[in-house]
Amino acid sequence: MSVDLIFFLALAIVAVGAALGLLFSRNAVYAALFLVLNFITVAVYYLLLNAPFLAMAQVTVYAGAIMVLFLFVIMLLGTKKLKTRGEHLWQRRLAIGLGVILFAEIAALFLAKGQNVLMVGDIGSKFGSPEGIGIELFTQYLLPFEITSILLLVGMIGAIVLTKDD
Amino acid sequence: MIPISYYIILSALLFTIGAVCVLIRRNAIIIFMGIELMLNAANLAFVAFANQHQVLSGQIFVFFVMTVAAAEVAIGLALIVTIFRSKQSIDVDQISSLKG
Repeated sequence: MSVDLIFFLALAIVAVGAALGLLFSRNAVYAALFLVLNFITVAVYYLLLNAPFLAMAQVTVYAGAIMVLFLFVIMLLGTKKLKTRGEHLWQRRLAIGLGVILFAEIAALFLAKGQNVLMVGDIGSKFGSPEGIGIELFTQYLLPFEITSILLLVGMIGAIVLTKDD
Repeated sequence: MIPISYYIILSALLFTIGAVCVLIRRNAIIIFMGIELMLNAANLAFVAFANQHQVLSGQIFVFFVMTVAAAEVAIGLALIVTIFRSKQSIDVDQISSLKG
């Protein structure tokens, strides 16, 4: 077993463990922190996959900004009041069964199509760097990039209007 | 050198856990976190395929998904805060005023 593979599997255990922690934790704050751990492990996978810019964006935007917003709202609403009644047992069984079917479907589709699987290796250092992403973003994807600014503006106005006291 | 199939299987696993989280949890905030987990799993698959085909478009798409996720979280949490103000609860089973 190569070093890469051992590293991959160790990270995979952390990522899946954190996701399961999110699924089963009773406390909303713990769930949010498990999700932060999951986002950080996925950022490390981005580094392995030659996407350093996205890895940093993942840490700052997802693990930073988005999860701070989540924690802020959990604290705002009060963790005591967020306690909900336990799940129905049949719902849980049905959901886990559906989840297993979903996973089997994805895996079967991929294994049926992906016979000629290539290896993921090292590409040039330019690939996925801020420079490479920037050139691609501001030449080929300039219009979608500009549209995201409108999307963010609408999101900001929407959040302010929805939570405004009146 | 790791086969891309490993990344896809990991992505599928994370997506499935996110979907199950949306199905079984009752707390609206944790359901929302499950959606974030699914978006993240899809992003991992995008980056893995971008690496396999050596095309940057996959990574650019992840960038756009992150933007949409940020806007979605801002709006979604605002909605949850508004619902909490009127119902004093974010249990999705109790939000059934529109039930026919």
